[in-house]
Amino acid sequence: MGKYILKRILIAIPVLIGITIIDYGIMCLAGSPLAMLQGPRVSEGALEAKRIALGLDKPFYIQYFVWLGQLLCGNMGYSVKSYQSVASMIGSHLGPTLLLMGVSLLVSLLLAAPAGIYSAVHQYSKGDYAVVTLSFLGSSVPGFFLSLLLIYIFTVKLGLLPSSGMITLGTEGGAGDVAKHMVMPVIVLAASMAGSNIRYIRSAVLEILQQDYLRTARAKGIGRFKVIYKHALRNALIPIVTVIGMEIPMLFGGAIIIEQVFSWPGLGLMTMSAISNRDYPVIMGVCLLSAVVVLVGNLLTDILYALVDPTIQLQ
Amino acid sequence: MVIRMDAQYTENRKIATESYRQTIVRRFRKHHLASFSLGVLLFLCSAAILAPVIAPYDPDAMVGPFSGAPCKEFLLGTDQIGRDVLSRLLYATRVSLLVGVMATLISTVIGVILGLIAGYFGGVADMLIMRFTDMVMSFPYILLVLVAASIFKPGLWNIILILGFVDWPGIARLVRGNVLSLRETNFVKGNIVAGMPLRHILFSEILPNTVAPILVYATSVLAISMLDEAALSFLGMGVQPPSASLGNMLNGAQSLTILTSQPWLWIPPGVVIVVLVIAINFVGDALRDALDPNSEKR
Repeated sequence: MGKYILKRILIAIPVLIGITIIDYGIMCLAGSPLAMLQGPRVSEGALEAKRIALGLDKPFYIQYFVWLGQLLCGNMGYSVKSYQSVASMIGSHLGPTLLLMGVSLLVSLLLAAPAGIYSAVHQYSKGDYAVVTLSFLGSSVPGFFLSLLLIYIFTVKLGLLPSSGMITLGTEGGAGDVAKHMVMPVIVLAASMAGSNIRYIRSAVLEILQQDYLRTARAKGIGRFKVIYKHALRNALIPIVTVIGMEIPMLFGGAIIIEQVFSWPGLGLMTMSAISNRDYPVIMGVCLLSAVVVLVGNLLTDILYALVDPTIQLQ
Repeated sequence: MVIRMDAQYTENRKIATESYRQTIVRRFRKHHLASFSLGVLLFLCSAAILAPVIAPYDPDAMVGPFSGAPCKEFLLGTDQIGRDVLSRLLYATRVSLLVGVMATLISTVIGVILGLIAGYFGGVADMLIMRFTDMVMSFPYILLVLVAASIFKPGLWNIILILGFVDWPGIARLVRGNVLSLRETNFVKGNIVAGMPLRHILFSEILPNTVAPILVYATSVLAISMLDEAALSFLGMGVQPPSASLGNMLNGAQSLTILTSQPWLWIPPGVVIVVLVIAINFVGDALRDALDPNSEKR
């Protein structure tokens, strides 16, 4: 087991280095952040001084190594716009995003696991068709359109839920207030994820139901209920673990747009404003962070997979 | 009873003698929802293609009152500067379908080529290509698209290229996996022993045998890239006004007056996106069943 984990980590390292190179390459294509400073009031000399101060006069590969060296010391650079350190900016925005992502992940799993298992056990029944059709609807509705619809219904028409931010302005907030603000973003994120997860879990459970050991269990005559809930469900854990791994990049991506729509003060909102301000250090920090999170997520999934599935071969 | 058995017999005989294409069509038609979706798709596609003919007004011309509600003259109302929403919707569907189809074509070609190389040659090429695929897949997809869209000037062709160049890793992995198993089959080994040229083995022997899964996967890429175009244009980083796309027609709904009191401006394009994407997904799902050689056994 230890050897297997070590091997997975060793494979992840070159991918990680590649990610930083791609990350850096994209940013080099983006052009100079000095373009944002330019204006009639800024003199050539001041621009030149700024260029040297930011290290933009050196060749790009040296800039890359300087950046990488700083990174290893835990310094992710400073925002060109607000002069805050990127690490502290990410740190202060990470909480709300993690909260939103965690709750959405939980809700989507609580929806998808029972629905997928029900649908597989009752294959080709009316309930199965309804679940599958709904799951297609969930993965086909663009998140921002669903958000607009929800805002239209719950905020504009019914006046039940707040449509933006994390706490009501001018108040202290509190758990109840945050929960109220979270309802709509969580519905949107969970719906889009649950859509694809239901079908994934359904087909995985269908495959399990056809296995020989289940036929044996049925043949022993221990009853349908026990067969499904004792023998099949334990094995259905494996696809559910895979689903959690697949969801992490989707969550990060989905959160960017949904946070923008609901003005949720998380990483996504920060990233969008960094993108429109061409604030490279911040964009690179976020890209790197999310890529690392995805890599670690995949790694953890692989390891969990090996723990849950005793038949997997650890070479 | 005898007659029923007879009917069963002719039915079985028909199935036994039908061509591959007939089998696929028969299996596909079993999915009523997918057949219906295919009809809807064909209808929307032809409406989009015929947009210049059937659109009642010029989509970019100011022809009516500002923000007029739907009426006889303007079936879906008019927008903030008096353009006909129905005409814009038709042209927007055209643009969104174009983006989806072109981006899917580009990513499929890239994915197929990389997957073929990685799967067939193996070794260093395989390692390099697959590690590169891992790297691209590690970036949250939409973040990569957003960053690229902010670097390159937003516009129709840039969006197509960006989506095309980001969507390929899934197809590359799929093709590689299929090639790996096909390479071990006797008919491919036979070709290698017979000294057939590499081009023939790759494109005339291996590729046709992996077309079915590629086609199924491509439908999901089509759905995803249309959703992404809509999201990008909604954020103002995709297709730029005055040309209409389904996403940038929804962009206006970020303002409160439009959201609350002019629903005809944002609900129709949203509904068209949902209908298009869900129809594509249903068709893809039925295709998966119809093209799967094992699906008859269940």
